[in-house]
Amino acid sequence: MTRPAPATAAAGTGTGPPPAARRVRRSLAPYAYVAPFFTLFAAFGLFPLLYTAFVSLHRVELQTPGVMEWRGLDNYTALFSDSYFWTALRNTFTIGVLSTVPQLAMALGLAHLLNRRLRARTFFRTAVLLPYATSVAAATLVFAQLFGRDFGIVNQLLALAGIGPVDWQTGTVASQLAVSSIVVWRWTGYNALIYLAGMQSIPSELYEAAELDGASGWRQFVHVTLPGLRPTIVFTTVVSTIGATQLFGEPLLFEGSVSGGISHQYQTLGLYLYEQGWGFFHLGRAAAIAWVMFLLILILVGANAFLVRSRSRKEAVR
Amino acid sequence: MTALTAPPSRRAAAADPALPVRRRGRSGGPRRGGRLTYAVLTAAVLVSAFPFYWTIVAASRSNADLAKAPPSLLPGPNLMHNLRQVLEEADIGKALLNSLIVSGSITVGTVLCSTLAGFAFAKLRFRGRGLLLTLTVSTMMIPPQLAVIPLFMLIARLHWVNQLQAVVLPGLVSAFGVFFMRQVLVQSLPDELIEAARVDGASTARIFRSVVLPIARPGMAVLGLLTFMTAWNDFFWPVVALSSQEPTVQVALRQLGGGYVHDQSVIMAGTLLGTLPVLLVFGLLGRQIVGGIMQGAVKG
Repeated sequence: MTRPAPATAAAGTGTGPPPAARRVRRSLAPYAYVAPFFTLFAAFGLFPLLYTAFVSLHRVELQTPGVMEWRGLDNYTALFSDSYFWTALRNTFTIGVLSTVPQLAMALGLAHLLNRRLRARTFFRTAVLLPYATSVAAATLVFAQLFGRDFGIVNQLLALAGIGPVDWQTGTVASQLAVSSIVVWRWTGYNALIYLAGMQSIPSELYEAAELDGASGWRQFVHVTLPGLRPTIVFTTVVSTIGATQLFGEPLLFEGSVSGGISHQYQTLGLYLYEQGWGFFHLGRAAAIAWVMFLLILILVGANAFLVRSRSRKEAVR
Repeated sequence: MTALTAPPSRRAAAADPALPVRRRGRSGGPRRGGRLTYAVLTAAVLVSAFPFYWTIVAASRSNADLAKAPPSLLPGPNLMHNLRQVLEEADIGKALLNSLIVSGSITVGTVLCSTLAGFAFAKLRFRGRGLLLTLTVSTMMIPPQLAVIPLFMLIARLHWVNQLQAVVLPGLVSAFGVFFMRQVLVQSLPDELIEAARVDGASTARIFRSVVLPIARPGMAVLGLLTFMTAWNDFFWPVVALSSQEPTVQVALRQLGGGYVHDQSVIMAGTLLGTLPVLLVFGLLGRQIVGGIMQGAVKG
């Protein structure tokens, strides 16, 4: 493990130790500064992360977490033959797309508007960030009510338009839409501010040049803003993808059950992990799920990087 | 979602949101917002705010009011009754206190560890610096949820299940914090200042206290704010490590949503209580939080 050199106390005062001792102390001092972080990091960050892979090869019960029984790849074969695993994998993917795509698209539009010269600029920026201040739990409990089948506001509004009533809990598509909407609500404003920061660092000369060429607002957005935002867009996509992969609180509290709906219609991998570990007491199995999620994230981030690279190459050719 | 990280772009342009946007002369942008801009933004604000408003409405009504069509859209008279009910049934009082202790300790500890390590990474030279920094940054993207099982086995062995330190100690590990403080110090602390202090015979500890800390303070405040909100709202690990005997607010809300309280208006009263403290922080320091997020975004 990467625990850095001994934490020599950083208590050197100005009063004179001999120069040689002082030099030694000065060359060791940096380690004292990183030691507190890396000690905690090693114990509660890196070690558990790596150890997950090892645990996933064992049978470990929740009641006796100290007892580990070697099982090889059994947890993984059991996982892959459980149809609920595949359901959870599929749900994680569809909910991920349903929540990430609209979230980032709307954030981009919102940032574009926030980037105009505005009265009450600070007010608008703060107000769109408001949802970020709530917890998953609080937001989900409120949304669960808004999406109530019989008296929820959403259905009552839809009824005015002659639609519904939609069963937001039982329907697969409907429930996944409802769960995704919580994610979209909480994170759109946050991403808008990140895009806004990116937009403000695009040199204004580029816009002036575009203006001189007679480019309209929309063309400026497409040919100046979007290319300038490329690294920011990649970053937000990666972060949202990772967030979507581990979605947990929203599907758990939407109806309060670990199965994610009666027929597991909106159970995500995160929730499936929790159900296996803390509902059925199979910690080893849960560790295998965690490891699968980790690989999934690696694949998705890798695919993202690949797409970005091949796109910029295509543009370079053009 | 642990999304408090910064993009890998390296553009340190004018992004302090407290400063007015640079005027780009007569011809160029930013364009003045038109009526449509204000209309769309106002709609976005309403959508952002409505669930909060609805929490207040629902928390101040009775369950019967909530099962009615058309719905009552104005606050009712039952707020006190519902609050009293939820304080009794779900022990939200204890949860609030626990959350305050947990989030406060995490904030103080994280800011301290991050400033110390951020300073070393920004300004001190030592063997293994590049390697350690890469290690830190590369784990920034890995969701902590993936480490939850061994972590649980660890705290079980330490007999910490259901004790607050089980949430506090892992909460102190913030790769983002280290990275954030490093960026702050790289940008705002000139090397000459440190060299001058060295020439005067100051030790590293002395330099940290008298030169680094004063300059790092605004960055530490922003990091503290973001850390506090993240810690207050953290869900997965507290739900795993704690129970209703020693809950944080989020654990208590999970119990409320878990079905043993059926009164929707009481559930909403609990939600209101649990959200109020962060909303208060947000109301007082929203500007700084907005600044911190935009800074973190561009400074990377």
